[in-house]
Amino acid sequence: MTSLPEPSAIKLGLVIDLDICVGCQACVVNCKEWNTSGYGAPLSDENAYGANPNGAWLNRVHAFEAGEAEEAKTVHFPKSCLHCEEAPCVTACPTGASFKRAEDGIVLVNEDWCIGCGLCAWSCPYGAREMDPVEGVMKKCTLCVDRIYNDNLPKEDQVPACVRTCPTNARHFGDLGDPNSDVSKLVSARDGFDLLPEQKTKPVNKYLPPRPRRQKDETPMSLVAMAEAQTPKGFWKWMDSTLEKLG
Amino acid sequence: MSSEPKVEYSPKVSDEIKKTTCYMCACRCGIDVHIRDDKIRYIEGNRDHPINKGVLCAKGSAGIMQHYSPARLKSPMRRVGPRGSGQFEPVSWEEALSTATDWLGPIRDTDPKKLAFFTGRDQSQALTSWWAQQFGTPNFAAHGGFCSVNMAAGGIYTVGGAFWEFGAPDWDLTEMFVLFGVAEDHDSNPIKIGLGKVKGRGKRVVSVNPVQTGYAAISDDWYGITPGTDGLLIIALIRELMLSGNIDVDYLRRYTNSPWLVIRNPGAENDGLFLRDAAGEPQILDRTTGEAVSHKSKNASSAMHGQISLDGGGMAVPAFMILTETYMDDAYAPEAVADTTGISANRIRQFAADLAEAAFTKEVVIKQPWTDWKGERHDTMIGRPVAMHSMRGISAHSNGFQTCRALHVLQLMLGSIEVPGGWRFKPPYPKPPEAHPKPAGKPNQIKAGKPLAGTPLGYVLGPEDLLLGEDGSPQRIDKAYSWDAPMSAHGLMHMVISNAVAGDPYPVDVLFMYMANMAWNSSMNTRGVMEMLTETDPETGEYKIPKIIYSDAYSSEMVAYADLILPDTTYLERHDAISLLDRPICEADAVCDAIRWPVFEPDRDVRGFQSVLLDLGARLGLPGMVDEEGKAKYTDYGDYIVNHQRKPGIGPLAGFRGNGTQSGRGEPNPGQMDAYIANGAFWHKSIPREARYYKMANMAYQDFAVDMGICDSPQPYAFQIYSEPLQKFHLAAEGHGDIQPPEHLRDRVKNCFTPLPTWYAPFEGTSVSEDEFPLHALTQRPMAMYHSWGSQNPWLRQIHGHNPMFVPQKLAKEHNLSDGDWIWVTSHHGKIRVPVVIMAGLNEKTIWTWNAIGKRKGAWQLEEDAPEAKKGFLLNHLIHELLPAKGDGQRWSNSDPITGQAAWFDLKVNIRKVDANEPAESSPQFPALPRMNGVIPSPSKTLSYGLQWSGEKTKVRGEPKI
Repeated sequence: MTSLPEPSAIKLGLVIDLDICVGCQACVVNCKEWNTSGYGAPLSDENAYGANPNGAWLNRVHAFEAGEAEEAKTVHFPKSCLHCEEAPCVTACPTGASFKRAEDGIVLVNEDWCIGCGLCAWSCPYGAREMDPVEGVMKKCTLCVDRIYNDNLPKEDQVPACVRTCPTNARHFGDLGDPNSDVSKLVSARDGFDLLPEQKTKPVNKYLPPRPRRQKDETPMSLVAMAEAQTPKGFWKWMDSTLEKLG
Repeated sequence: MSSEPKVEYSPKVSDEIKKTTCYMCACRCGIDVHIRDDKIRYIEGNRDHPINKGVLCAKGSAGIMQHYSPARLKSPMRRVGPRGSGQFEPVSWEEALSTATDWLGPIRDTDPKKLAFFTGRDQSQALTSWWAQQFGTPNFAAHGGFCSVNMAAGGIYTVGGAFWEFGAPDWDLTEMFVLFGVAEDHDSNPIKIGLGKVKGRGKRVVSVNPVQTGYAAISDDWYGITPGTDGLLIIALIRELMLSGNIDVDYLRRYTNSPWLVIRNPGAENDGLFLRDAAGEPQILDRTTGEAVSHKSKNASSAMHGQISLDGGGMAVPAFMILTETYMDDAYAPEAVADTTGISANRIRQFAADLAEAAFTKEVVIKQPWTDWKGERHDTMIGRPVAMHSMRGISAHSNGFQTCRALHVLQLMLGSIEVPGGWRFKPPYPKPPEAHPKPAGKPNQIKAGKPLAGTPLGYVLGPEDLLLGEDGSPQRIDKAYSWDAPMSAHGLMHMVISNAVAGDPYPVDVLFMYMANMAWNSSMNTRGVMEMLTETDPETGEYKIPKIIYSDAYSSEMVAYADLILPDTTYLERHDAISLLDRPICEADAVCDAIRWPVFEPDRDVRGFQSVLLDLGARLGLPGMVDEEGKAKYTDYGDYIVNHQRKPGIGPLAGFRGNGTQSGRGEPNPGQMDAYIANGAFWHKSIPREARYYKMANMAYQDFAVDMGICDSPQPYAFQIYSEPLQKFHLAAEGHGDIQPPEHLRDRVKNCFTPLPTWYAPFEGTSVSEDEFPLHALTQRPMAMYHSWGSQNPWLRQIHGHNPMFVPQKLAKEHNLSDGDWIWVTSHHGKIRVPVVIMAGLNEKTIWTWNAIGKRKGAWQLEEDAPEAKKGFLLNHLIHELLPAKGDGQRWSNSDPITGQAAWFDLKVNIRKVDANEPAESSPQFPALPRMNGVIPSPSKTLSYGLQWSGEKTKVRGEPKI
């Protein structure tokens, strides 16, 4: 059993806009690409060219549908570690490998201490941890801790790889502990929400909901109210008056 | 546990960054390749690049795995077993190139059209088409004929430009963005960036698509249209907008041919043509004087209706009047089209109202004076902020050309092309068909031992431009520019193999292909094509296609069917020019082009195909590829890119010419390639502010285009709502003129070649029984996979390793289907057994799957039990390149009758749940191909990419596996 630090003032995390995510998987692959050579062991792939290829990923996008036929709504849902304040994965870890940083709230795994028991993954209500199939250590989103403070990268690139690459700008990174940060303002403006709040994990990452679609029975706007033509005959009358005005 | 482990914050990222252009799809984004210890550490988007502005998609982010793919071919090879068996022996480049020269030389000296040279996902068509021309064969095209030629041709003939790389929505100003049947692999990062901007500003996004995936998923309105009926919906929208007076009359009058006078003289040879003055200029009716005057007259007030009598008989009326008469018909009323389109009348009216509201109540005005082509000065640029984008979904139908034209006419009605907030051209567009070359390939243009007298592909303006023999027979192997497909601007790659084997119109001697997986996902009727490639003449025992040369970088399914393999490099090992002469990467506000350059040297005996092509051209003594002494003019493609001039001062790259500071025009600059590399592998020149909108009519833009070498003189023009070239073909079908369609095609030409966009039911649907085949079947490309290429990529194949058939909820209930069940899908041509997933957001008469995920066993270096082969499948097995036989002895191509676009989205099918005892395996299955590079050594089954770097910080876990 590992203990959590006092809640940090700085709470680094992601804000993910479900209104904009098209499910393109750019964040998923770019994350893998950066992190396989980054923090800790590579993100390995078993049966890379065979049946049941199976690799470790720190971020995946799931698609859900709600409603039926014309009313159906598809939602793409990117999911990675939410860097919870009450992270059950940390308290579940028997060796202290899983920890939450006091400084910025990032949840990490110290792979040298990880015995690959998988308890942390079991305890995570979000399924956000994956066991590396080759190394047998637990892999998870590091919030690109080796990018966000990396002096070898230009300042503008000191953000997680998924945020850097997202084509639709659906992913935002920042300090959710600071109510005046851009990400906090976005959460407030767009009614950002916690994933599974009933789990009481207090996730730092937030999701912005899809904007509601127009109701099916909403009365169509009147086209005719916008102009006077209504019949072929009326159309030419309208045309003549329009041409008169134009000269 | 109070002490936290120390984390290394600033690990080394790379030794150096090399900037080049991605090739993981056709988007051509700029990439920063981080290199460490001579290996790729990381690939990210280039922030300065005009296309992707720093972002990178899933495919681009998986470039590492493509570059190090075990499916890479390793050396030239010669077939040693029967064709299709995949038995090869390695040969030297010298031997490979001598063999090719020995095969091609005699053809050129006797009958150059016996070479069919077709390239697939080619990004060097400026070179490859020129090579074909210098060789002398008209038989050249790339994959546009089965991809989206309807979009390209429909766009060029209507507005002088098209969607995708020819134009872009004005993302920052638009109020409403409408997607029609988009292919999400096309222009994908720019569209995604744009969607983020439009949604980020809270503006409306509308998707018209039978399938609600990807972009459609984030739309504010989704119209789940029945496939092949978009044209009908569009005309209904035009009708609603007209009847409610929500069209931009001033725009139509100024910038389109709406006021041009059309001759009405039924039965006469000039019926439906423009009334022209002695100088050949189209005429308009002046409202003030009632006289016909040139459309170029400065002070005329053009009428939109009315008529004048003509001396020679008949009368003339403004084109707009004909349009109005045609589209006001009650057949296009929302109630009349609702059943066919699957969209309720109420929703059609809502859609029209949304368009009207955005266009006319949210006008955008930019305070930027400009001068139009008549010399009139305007104080502002006025915009109707409705932007559209469209691609293969409306294109791959037999009515796709007219549907695409209809969509552009809808844009024109709204006044929303080339205006603020609308949809805008990217240079070198706008460029009307008249400014494009006409295709060469008439009998007198093909001569033994000589170049073709022009480019193989171009834009025809009437029957006189068709490539026909004296007897009216097609001159090209694919029958492009014949009555089968008169306006086939991209050729018909899907017909080449079928026609060559049938000897219709003639047999060929060598089929030479590049990056075209014809033995699998790039063909309709895949099994049939595999059989054709191995079919022999019963008398001689020779293959019907005697020799096949193929170039690919990877062991695709097609490799097994070649006689000679010319192995290409990966995209990080090659030179390329993303050229203004081809399909450039411009922005609406800037002229741009780009390069690829070898950021790695190949570690195998492979060469860039374009360098090989130039070598082959030199060996054949092709003009332009040899110097006066007959020696090779260019050392390689990189040398050609810098030094080739298409005409004086114009070369493949427009940047850093002459002394290094000249743009567009200038002498070759020996330092040009280095200048591109130093600039991030691209070049970008902003269009002056005054020239940024109304480009087709804006003199500042026209002058800028001349400066840039895009054209040699200003070429302002009017958008063609009414198309005279189409009417010319129509008149021929009515019996006018010397060049006549064959009788079996006469009615089809008459019905489909209408000067105003029209809608007719897709051909396959009308050729088969609706009761027997009630469903539509489609494919889409996933955003995370590009054609076949991604299947060899261990990361991407974990995302799309097999492809279910998505079935709408109601249909699933009718057939008692659950996720994971298997069904037989049957068309008039074949049947496939496939797994099912039930989907809500889907037109209720449509089933669909991801394209090109299914693989043949053994191809792409995958293990034989890979899910791509066991569960994955191709819809192609159900689609024939020909329509069902009509009993008239004719081979009716399953294509758009105007452009020849492969109509693979016309497919009609039925479904049936499999019997209880059937195997859970996709059908058909084919014999496994031998693994081209042998069996992958077992350690490679597991990848731990990056181990050599991460090992520093963690436990040491052995040697890197790649």
